Amino acid sequence: MSLLKVTDLKVSYGGIEALKGISFEVPKGQIVTLIGANGAGKSTTLRAIMGLVPLKSGGITFDGREITSLDTSRVVAEGIVLVPEGRRVFPNLTVLENLRVGAYLRRDTEEIENSLRYVYERFPRLEERSWQMAGTLSGGEQQMLAVGRALMARPKLLMMDEPSLGLAPLVVRDIFGIIKRLLEEGMTILLIEQNANAALRAADYGYVMETGRITLEGTGEELLKNQRVRDAYLGQARKKR
Amino acid sequence: MNTKKRGLVIGLILLALLFAGLYILENTISSSTMLITILKKGVIYALIAVSMNLLNGFTGLFSLGQAGFMLIGAYTYAILTIPVNMRGMIYQYYDGGIVQFALPAIIGILCAGLLAAFFAFLVGLPVLRLKSDYLAIATLGFAEIIRAIIQYEGLGPLTNGSNLLRRFPTFQSVLYPFAAAAICIGAILLLINSTYGRAFKAIRDDEVAAEAMGINLFFHKQLSFVVSSFFAGIGGALLAMYQGSIQVATFKSAMTYEILLIVVIGGMGSVTGSVIASFLFVASSEWWLRFLDNEMFIGTFQVPLLRSGFRMVVFSVIIMAVVLFYRRGIMGDKEFSLTRVRNRLLNRKAGRNA
Repeated sequence: MSLLKVTDLKVSYGGIEALKGISFEVPKGQIVTLIGANGAGKSTTLRAIMGLVPLKSGGITFDGREITSLDTSRVVAEGIVLVPEGRRVFPNLTVLENLRVGAYLRRDTEEIENSLRYVYERFPRLEERSWQMAGTLSGGEQQMLAVGRALMARPKLLMMDEPSLGLAPLVVRDIFGIIKRLLEEGMTILLIEQNANAALRAADYGYVMETGRITLEGTGEELLKNQRVRDAYLGQARKKR
Repeated sequence: MNTKKRGLVIGLILLALLFAGLYILENTISSSTMLITILKKGVIYALIAVSMNLLNGFTGLFSLGQAGFMLIGAYTYAILTIPVNMRGMIYQYYDGGIVQFALPAIIGILCAGLLAAFFAFLVGLPVLRLKSDYLAIATLGFAEIIRAIIQYEGLGPLTNGSNLLRRFPTFQSVLYPFAAAAICIGAILLLINSTYGRAFKAIRDDEVAAEAMGINLFFHKQLSFVVSSFFAGIGGALLAMYQGSIQVATFKSAMTYEILLIVVIGGMGSVTGSVIASFLFVASSEWWLRFLDNEMFIGTFQVPLLRSGFRMVVFSVIIMAVVLFYRRGIMGDKEFSLTRVRNRLLNRKAGRNA
């Protein structure tokens, strides 16, 4: 059963159509990736799901419920949380405060402490630095904090926008390790990446976006083998004969 | 949790000591001395600066409407509390005015805060959708409009136009403004350390991320604005009590800048910084630099430059120096804490021993 279902989503910014009617599904417990070049509309898709940009038309259902054009806080309460592009931790708040902001909509005080322990178990580095200002963390640590902050909201669906952007290759490997572990624990993930190679390797299913449309879809493996994807996104130019 | 409780107990003990100290001080020296005056004005400015810091330093909303809300507070208090038998004399051009009752001082102060908060709510509806500089311009404009409205002849029976309002209840002891400010600053501290306060700081740091976390931006900005204005209104009422008489002309935008200066010097996002800076500001502008305004002779040699008004020149230079060299203010966004002081002292000692 699909946890998230998006049908014919259209979004326009000041007369320019950023999304020209896209449809896709994210099945429960799986990881789905949207890949594509800059400006293809990947981030806009996530922002539209979160209710951060107004929709022109289309429908979004989550866990069997209609969430089209709900307020962002309602969407978060339903269980969708975004790890925004560029990490966007709160630089002048401590690591602990950042995590507590993640649990902002929750009122179950004791359960929040459990979630905090859960996040610290996953990311011991965050516990070591819990009193440090988030702005002083390294890029990789900030990405961990951004993921941890999102987990504090106890999401059913985690949406990650370019988690590997601007990170060293070794750190990128860590991030994908974290994604894999979250999946093993039953999390559902919608991942956006320009690093198509790593994303498709990790993904159960993938969609290729081009200028506001989905032009190709398939399992991660299929897309990895697809010649068009290889040419356009994997940087493996055809050998000259 | 335990350290938190201990901190609270220590804080309350220090507060009690402060009040005991003030009580003794007041009973040993004459209440008209400069020190007492500085303490009274300083603590009122501290409250107003903290209320402005809540908005500018903690929520990241650059507003310049503080003088406007203080004006509303001061006038509300004065209009509601002037004794009925004095009104004929004070409202001499308006047949004693239209308000023919007088409320107790404490209720007058509360009304001052509530009315300021109510106006903040109305102003906030359109204005808080603006960003940074636009918000500053809009709130500054609001403060000027309020000043013009209160001066308006047609409202004379209510506000006494541009004439003085006086003879409302005031305080004698320095303990009253300190108690009022302690309660109000305590309330602001509770708010800052609550989930709401964390949401304020999150909005200040990154609006987009805060919104993505499910924080309702408009609600929290409005909340911060209304609460800040409530306490600015109370601060205005206390300032009226301190001065003994009020007039629209005192609440110019220059007053907002004074408060803003205190907030910046103390450190954006530091409550204790604002409090410390308030006393320093009031003391140096009213007292420590006064000598610069008087001509001084050493023997027959007249020290150059010292004459009326020179104080403000020196003052401006000091402020420039502070802004240049302590760009983040005295406290930055840290709070003053005894543990930190102790740790620093111990570390220094340990360093010497090693």
